Amino acid sequence: MIRLTNVEKVYDNGTQALKGISFEIADGEFVFLVGPSGSGKSTIIKLLTGEVIPTAGRVMINGFSMSRISDKQIPLMRRTIGVIFQDFRLITNKTVFDNLSLAMRAVGASTKEIRSRIPYVLELVGLAGKENRYPDELSGGEQQRVAIARALVNNPSTIVADEPTGNLDPGRSLEIMTLLQRINALGTTVVVVTHEKSLVNQFDKRVIMIDEGAVAVDGVHRYEV
Amino acid sequence: MKHNFSYFFKEGVGNMFSHGFMSFAAIGVTVACLLIMGTFSLVAYDLNENLKDLQRENAVLAFVDENYTDTEAKALQPKLEKLTGVASCTFVSREEARDNYVEQYDEDDLYEDLQAEIFRHRYVLHMTDLELMDEMVAELEQVEGVVKIRADEAISNGFITVRNVAGVISIALVTVLLVVSVFIMSNTIKLTTFDRRDEIAIMKMVGATNSFIRWPFVYEGLLLGISGASIAFLLQWVLYEALVRGVENSDTMQLLRLVPFGEIWLPVAVVFLAVGVLVGVGGSLTAIRKFLRV
Repeated sequence: MIRLTNVEKVYDNGTQALKGISFEIADGEFVFLVGPSGSGKSTIIKLLTGEVIPTAGRVMINGFSMSRISDKQIPLMRRTIGVIFQDFRLITNKTVFDNLSLAMRAVGASTKEIRSRIPYVLELVGLAGKENRYPDELSGGEQQRVAIARALVNNPSTIVADEPTGNLDPGRSLEIMTLLQRINALGTTVVVVTHEKSLVNQFDKRVIMIDEGAVAVDGVHRYEV
Repeated sequence: MKHNFSYFFKEGVGNMFSHGFMSFAAIGVTVACLLIMGTFSLVAYDLNENLKDLQRENAVLAFVDENYTDTEAKALQPKLEKLTGVASCTFVSREEARDNYVEQYDEDDLYEDLQAEIFRHRYVLHMTDLELMDEMVAELEQVEGVVKIRADEAISNGFITVRNVAGVISIALVTVLLVVSVFIMSNTIKLTTFDRRDEIAIMKMVGATNSFIRWPFVYEGLLLGISGASIAFLLQWVLYEALVRGVENSDTMQLLRLVPFGEIWLPVAVVFLAVGVLVGVGGSLTAIRKFLRV
């Protein structure tokens, strides 16, 4: 579960990114986090991944209090969250298999676990048989599927996708969003940050709209500005 | 999480080869620094050995009262051997002193008939440490039967000064070169680390601990350091042997005695390996520190 309570974030340069924001995302929910550029979406993502800590208020992520989290606990918290980026962030000189195995090695998985888990996850994202391909040999949509597979491979309870369709054409974007919906149906909480209105409106999901560092709208709505 | 040696080692080796040019540069820097440091240290060591030889040759002469009989003069030996800083004490009778003197002028028959009685019995005292000369001379002056002492304190003080200055310069130079090596190695590995900052950020994002990220870099640094040290050792060997041959074949430097490499290879190898490991691992740890703050 993710819970933000009166969260404020002021950066060192004085920019106030969040102004007392509060919302809660229950386990198993699918939520779109939308808003214009500079609204504070990226800061929320950074709070969820432990890259920044709140200036005031409380952030609870899957049982970890981000206000009191120690340096040693941050990796443990991150293992409960799979992150997907707009630019995929795959390691280009490693194969698909090696990109995924790196994520598993990082959390101490054994070779046996890696060999049994990766084919299953690749099958789930529709990339069965592409283990030995390098990222450059794949299309943009396929690369994003590899990134989703990497986010899923350690079986996190939450997936945070930061503009996952930003670099894809509408057809591939819909496929990726459908895939995320399928992953959500398996019980994983999914938070998708996007500003693609048409895409959001094709899914009947909860939308949290952020504007000027505060929650402007929260509910199952069409995304209209 | 258990230490996955085979994985970290494999990653370290892989990293080393996947950044071939930077690895080559890091090894090259280590080799160059170790060679400069090693050559200077070995030359300083040889100079020190030569200074010790010269010290050993710098003896103190204690002349015995001319009224003492042979037996009385020889009886002084146990007393002299107990003096501070005495390494060896050799009795030279007046006859031997005369013979030694005449020997110096063996082409000149002027001294052939020189009487031994005009010489004194004497003792030749070699020292364990030239710095004890003043103390020994003071004690020698108190010995009954010793009437005159010849001790070249200016020369001995000169040796001490040269040795001390050479020691200080060697330590300072080796320290500076060591720091420079760590700095250059750190910067070289920093470049390879910078090249892989995205990879590190991804690893952090999926929940890798700092130590998991650090270990492959540590092994990489270790391998680079050991490789650099091994190459430097072999080159040092070749270079030193060439130096020894050069000195042996030189007309002007034959007086210099260079310790054969066979007698000093082990400490040289240990020091090179230790410095290589220190520079490699130290450089890696310094380089990666910045990239772990994500």
